[in-house]
Amino acid sequence: MEIQVEHYLIISTIMLCAGIYGFLVRKNTLAMLISVELILNAADINFAVFNKFLFPNQLEGHFFTLFAIGIVAAETAVAIAIIINIYRNIQTLNVDKMDKLKH
Amino acid sequence: MDITFQNVVFLIVAIFITVFSVLTVTTNKIMRSATYLLFVLFGTAAIYFLLGYTFLGAVQIMVYAGGIIILYVFSILLTNSDENINTGIKRGKILPGLISALAGAGIIFFIIFTHNFMPSASANILQEVDMKTIGFTLVGGGKHQYILPFEVLGVLLLACIIGGVLIARKR
Amino acid sequence: MEYTLIILLLPAIMFLFLGLAGHKLKHKVAGLFGTISLGLVTCLSYFTAWEYFTSPRVNGVFEKIIPFNFEWLSFSEALHVDIGILLDPISVMMLIVISTVSLMVHIYSLGYMHGEKGFQRYYAFLSLFTFSMLGLVVATNIFQTYIFWELVGVSSYLLIGFYYTKPSAIAASKKAFIVTRFADLGFLIGILVLSFYSQTFSFVELMNGSSDAILTGAATQTFLGIGVLSWALGLMFIGAAGKSAMFPLHIWLPDAMEGPTPVSALIHAATMVVAGVYLVARMFYLYIGFAPGVLEIIAIVGAFTSLFSAIIACVQTDIKRVLAFSTISQIGFMMVALGVCTGMDSHEGLGYMASMFHLFTHAMFKALLFLGAGSIIHAVHSNEMKDMGGLRKFMPITHITFLIACLAIAGIPPFSGFFSKDEILAAAFKFNPAMGWTMTVIAGLTAFYMFRLYFNIFWGKEAKHHHTPHESPLTITIPLIILAIVTIFGGFIPFGHFITSDGLLYNIHLDPQVAITSVVVAVLSIAIATIFYKNKEQKIPAMLGEKLSGLHKAATKKFYIDEVYQFITHRIIFACISTPIAWFDRHIVDGFMNLMASSTQSLSYSIRKFQSGHVQQYAFVFLLGIIFIIGLILLVI
Repeated sequence: MEIQVEHYLIISTIMLCAGIYGFLVRKNTLAMLISVELILNAADINFAVFNKFLFPNQLEGHFFTLFAIGIVAAETAVAIAIIINIYRNIQTLNVDKMDKLKH
Repeated sequence: MDITFQNVVFLIVAIFITVFSVLTVTTNKIMRSATYLLFVLFGTAAIYFLLGYTFLGAVQIMVYAGGIIILYVFSILLTNSDENINTGIKRGKILPGLISALAGAGIIFFIIFTHNFMPSASANILQEVDMKTIGFTLVGGGKHQYILPFEVLGVLLLACIIGGVLIARKR
Repeated sequence: MEYTLIILLLPAIMFLFLGLAGHKLKHKVAGLFGTISLGLVTCLSYFTAWEYFTSPRVNGVFEKIIPFNFEWLSFSEALHVDIGILLDPISVMMLIVISTVSLMVHIYSLGYMHGEKGFQRYYAFLSLFTFSMLGLVVATNIFQTYIFWELVGVSSYLLIGFYYTKPSAIAASKKAFIVTRFADLGFLIGILVLSFYSQTFSFVELMNGSSDAILTGAATQTFLGIGVLSWALGLMFIGAAGKSAMFPLHIWLPDAMEGPTPVSALIHAATMVVAGVYLVARMFYLYIGFAPGVLEIIAIVGAFTSLFSAIIACVQTDIKRVLAFSTISQIGFMMVALGVCTGMDSHEGLGYMASMFHLFTHAMFKALLFLGAGSIIHAVHSNEMKDMGGLRKFMPITHITFLIACLAIAGIPPFSGFFSKDEILAAAFKFNPAMGWTMTVIAGLTAFYMFRLYFNIFWGKEAKHHHTPHESPLTITIPLIILAIVTIFGGFIPFGHFITSDGLLYNIHLDPQVAITSVVVAVLSIAIATIFYKNKEQKIPAMLGEKLSGLHKAATKKFYIDEVYQFITHRIIFACISTPIAWFDRHIVDGFMNLMASSTQSLSYSIRKFQSGHVQQYAFVFLLGIIFIIGLILLVI
């Protein structure tokens, strides 16, 4: 059996939906951020797979993934800085308690 | 139907990723969650290796496993308190979360299986993208070359360092 | 003669300077700044007058000079509002009057207002007033006149309300402002109507005959049976009547005496209140040419006001109020003089010259009277006649100068008032003997009440004083002496050489019949006043007061005009119109707005739950939306 595009996409879909589920149900903000990492990873896999199977002579998807990894690193750094700051202010990471900004 | 070595490896990686993805979001302990994420990231790297993007796989391991996961672990330990370690999952949210995730998955699977992908004939799974090509493409200034995004990403990372320090520092 | 711009700018700069930086200066320094700058203005005004009146005549008249003009607002090609300076005989004369009286008041105030709180503010307002009054008289167009007209009103308001901690002063300032502002509405409408038909604001264009064709065309149009130009000029006269305190808009002037006395001398005797007369004189060409009917109304209103206020002046006991009513009466004289003119040439327009002449002499001797009254009030700390009496021994300079002014206003030769009043009477007789005799009687009344005032202050029974009154300091007496000298010799100015209705040379000659009659009447009145009031016991007036108690009481109450206004405004306008409107505003208009606001608020309250602040909830809704949209797309494809 030849491994096809679909097989890879199934893996990435499972990863994506796990991320979505985690984002929706986790209470801890850091855990939500971890779920976001899963979603982003799923997207990265898709880029690489599409590049490899559909346009093997080019490197667009490859580099997109590369830059996405860099940007994810940046995003994570800032998000964690914010979360730590929030924790310092309200002594909790429970996302249900972070609703002061609606006022 | 012959089972090649590649197929076996792919199968193992797929199961590995699936299991740990689900575990990442279902475990109650945040530290375990981070650890499972690390495994998922390793799995992703393995997929890159399988695709022949060895450089990408190496970057994945270095940046994610070496950088981001460490950052997570540190911040988990920094925000360590009884309440936060075992925050777990809120019961009332599980059902809507599960339904929407499965609905999303259903739609995506539907699209994947109904869409007719046309793989290029020249796709050779095992051919590795060589380092020289990547290097020239990354810092070249011509068409299909990426010096500008590369520079911009550098600036973005600098901004994030400064912003992160600024936000997180004690007042 | 571009330097005339400095005359206008210097007081304005001084106002800004004293108003902004005044509180950092010492009293004396601020006062000196104001006085010195005004001294400069006065010098320049005199120089302007000298240069203007010595320049050669063209075709027998003095040319109108516009040394400075600046187009400010342009409505159309022809219609634009300018700010500029127009020099012609009457504006130059007004420059002299205003700057002289203002300088005297500035010097006087150094002594009179000494040690008052807000001394710098006082000088700033004086500068503002001087600036606006000068701007008014040199205006090149009606609109500039209007602008400065309002500025004059504002500065008058500020100065009347100078003692803003005193409720009566606040009420008086508000009254003055509202009444004159109400009259100014008529002025504004008049301006708009006139400029609509004439297509110009400029005085020069209106007067030199170039717009005559248009105006003659417009004069044929009527509104409610009266020509539109008569409407325009009549409405302008309403504005003039408001500023010049003509009946029935005179009610603000007596109350305006709440302000400091020098202010009364400057604004409410010599300069601002004659602005109305000046306006009518300014538009005289149009009145004669296109609305002679309005001139007759002016004459009648003037005569009535004059008589009316002369009667009231006979019974008032507050010396400043007596002077206020006397001012109204004298302005009535000027209005009559303008109103009795029938043509532009020197004989038919004798009243024009007489009016301007009287304006000039009246400004001097009325300022003198007010400043003298101020000096007396300064000494005895009261406005009431009963607190005075026998002051001639204590205040010789004030006494003599006051007497000179009284003789001048009574019309005794050779004092200035005699000459100007005589011209007015002659003009009135020429118009209509009945008018002439009325004015003669009023002149007699004037002499009577002035000497009643004089004897009550300086003769009669001495009141008990807390401390012996003493003569005022030099800063107060010097302006008195200067003004007294002007009053003595002012009548000998050959006024007809400078200002006449057609601008040509005119030699004033006294009509012996009129002159003798008026002098006899004046002397008789003075004699009666002497008999009545010179003695310590004033039996005859008391007896007369009892016999004519109805008239006496009515006159004391100023013929209940204030009460009538009170009734009209409170009982009719406020109760029948304003209250329902206020109710409508509060309940219907506001109610509608409140309903909208409260319904929006309640709606917002009901939907604010959407904005829960829970990120996961948002994400959930977001996801559902995406799934829905993708599903939709799939179905469509």
